[in-house]
Amino acid sequence: MNSPSSSTNRACHPWVAQVAVVTEVRQEIESVATYRLRLRDAEIARQYRFQPGQFNMLYVPGCGESAISHSGPSENDGHDLWHTVRFVGRVTDSIAKLNVGDHLGVRGPFGTAWPLEACKQRDVVVMSGGLGLAPLRPMLYALMAKRSEFGRVVLLHGARTPETILYPEELSQWQAQGIEVELTVDRADGEWAGNVGVVPLLLDRLPDLRPAQTEVVTCGPEIMMHFSAISALKRGIPETSIWLSMERNMQCAAGLCGHCQWGPLFVCKDGPVFRYDRIRTLLKVRDL
Amino acid sequence: MTATPEQLTIAAKSLWLDKKEFQSFLNVLREGGYQIIGPRIEQGAIVYGPVDRVEDFPLGWTDEQAPGLYRLKKRDDDALFGYAVGPHSWKRFLFPPQLDMMRSKKVGAGWDMEPVPVETVKYAFLGVRACELSAIEVQDRVFLNSTFPDEYYQQRRRDSLIIAVNCTMAAATCFCTSMDSGPRCRTGYDLALTELIDGYVVEVGSVQGATLIERLALPTVAAVQEERAEVARRQAVEQIQRVLDREHVQSTLKQRLNHVHWDDVAARCLSCANCTMVCPTCFCSSVEDVTMLVDQEVVRQRRWDSCFNFDFSHVSGGPVRDQTRSRYRQWLTHKLTTWVDQFGTSGCVGCGRCITWCPVGIDLTKESVILCSEAGLDKPQDSPL
Repeated sequence: MNSPSSSTNRACHPWVAQVAVVTEVRQEIESVATYRLRLRDAEIARQYRFQPGQFNMLYVPGCGESAISHSGPSENDGHDLWHTVRFVGRVTDSIAKLNVGDHLGVRGPFGTAWPLEACKQRDVVVMSGGLGLAPLRPMLYALMAKRSEFGRVVLLHGARTPETILYPEELSQWQAQGIEVELTVDRADGEWAGNVGVVPLLLDRLPDLRPAQTEVVTCGPEIMMHFSAISALKRGIPETSIWLSMERNMQCAAGLCGHCQWGPLFVCKDGPVFRYDRIRTLLKVRDL
Repeated sequence: MTATPEQLTIAAKSLWLDKKEFQSFLNVLREGGYQIIGPRIEQGAIVYGPVDRVEDFPLGWTDEQAPGLYRLKKRDDDALFGYAVGPHSWKRFLFPPQLDMMRSKKVGAGWDMEPVPVETVKYAFLGVRACELSAIEVQDRVFLNSTFPDEYYQQRRRDSLIIAVNCTMAAATCFCTSMDSGPRCRTGYDLALTELIDGYVVEVGSVQGATLIERLALPTVAAVQEERAEVARRQAVEQIQRVLDREHVQSTLKQRLNHVHWDDVAARCLSCANCTMVCPTCFCSSVEDVTMLVDQEVVRQRRWDSCFNFDFSHVSGGPVRDQTRSRYRQWLTHKLTTWVDQFGTSGCVGCGRCITWCPVGIDLTKESVILCSEAGLDKPQDSPL
């Protein structure tokens, strides 16, 4: 895979969480908030580096750990880590109770990254569904930071309803920085004048696509990524230019606990970002 | 632990340890600073635990095994190692069922977090079978050949002494000959014994082993005893009836993910996780928080887990493998095929524990034959891994 976790600068002992302080809590949509964290140990914070697509294990003592992707700029070190969290279970519900100044534990970064190098001088289609935009935001920031090094950049994002579109106020800023943004929703309301339907449809009818010069990166529900890949293939984009970020149960994040196994792969260390041709057959097997 | 050429010179000459001297041998190990772990009888089974005296051993006992069956039986001699394998394996000492990894202490409104230091201990594992030497090598690949080597395993493994014992009998569930993992101990030991009625032929596999055994000033083994040991070891080979076509299963099983027979196994499998608990190579674990009732302290504790547990594959939408069928399929395909992709070796060493300790006697050697057959395929081209 493109960027194994071993190559990243690791300031942390893999099993031991570093204490982090919540510096800001930003409510996004319902049951979703972004936490800005500062690693308490200044030296470890200074050394901390991650790549877009990687994740941390966030730990609330007494509740447990949850794998949460980075959703902030990868220029940041451990003084300002961003994590967008959906409150959906025991650990994330306890994260929801944290306020500015509270502590939590951070282990990471872990996993493979989005293929920024492979995207250089090429067009990039970013396809996200729901909260899947969060792990892709560091990628978008990285594309914008060196905008001239990449070709056309398109974000195709889908949400269930207009009010569950993530980061709405940033979308226009991204457009201003040279990213085409197409939105779609599953269910519209009276105000919505945009697309209705699933994300792959946006790729089906994306004009002026240059398949041989395009990389597709996608994150969202597995079924959405599956059909996004199929849509990309139908448009003539090669399998080797399609990248997915998989979700599985991750506990150790180091390939030792076995939970995230997916066929021969450990999603925590071989992924979460995979190139499509390497996982195509796995995606087709139910309950694997 | 693997012997270097220099060490193999030491190993060239086998030694003779008289039965009467066995206690002295135990004493030498103890004096070498080792905590001896060996076979003993507990709750009607031969398990591994601390042993100090000859009387701690399962003197004159053997085990009768079959799918879903394990019984201790009296032998007509007083052999110490006259059994096959029990429900324990050495992984419980190298990769313990419960281990504290990290401690968080409440300090004011916040937390301090620190690793739990690794306590050093020197074990002498006494009575390690050939299949178990293989199992340890398999777990070495998992825990040591990793981006994040397991410190605890590393320390235990480095400081432990391995005294193997060649099998002179086999259980009906054994199939190490199919997995190329026994019954003869070839490498990976410090000392290897072959038990005869009046004593032990001792092979030396490492400098540590040589240094220890030197203190007993044992005589070189006589040719006749060497021959008797060879006859005894051959007996184990001849008793092994069970077969698994390793290479065929390895390449075929991953093409059979939609075989109808998975449903047949699932109808019998209780998803109880016994097979994974007794397996000497299964390495899955969970880390859970244990809240102390005093001192506002929380410990992160690693515990053995199993792919048969319902919550094992839980993601926000629910468990990925929500059926017994998919959980059994995960276990078997991992053990026999994808393990090779991950670690360059099969996850099965042919010890037969999963067959014996399955409450309903599911036998992977039988199931894999049916699962690899063409009959029962949904479509000719099944989903390959």
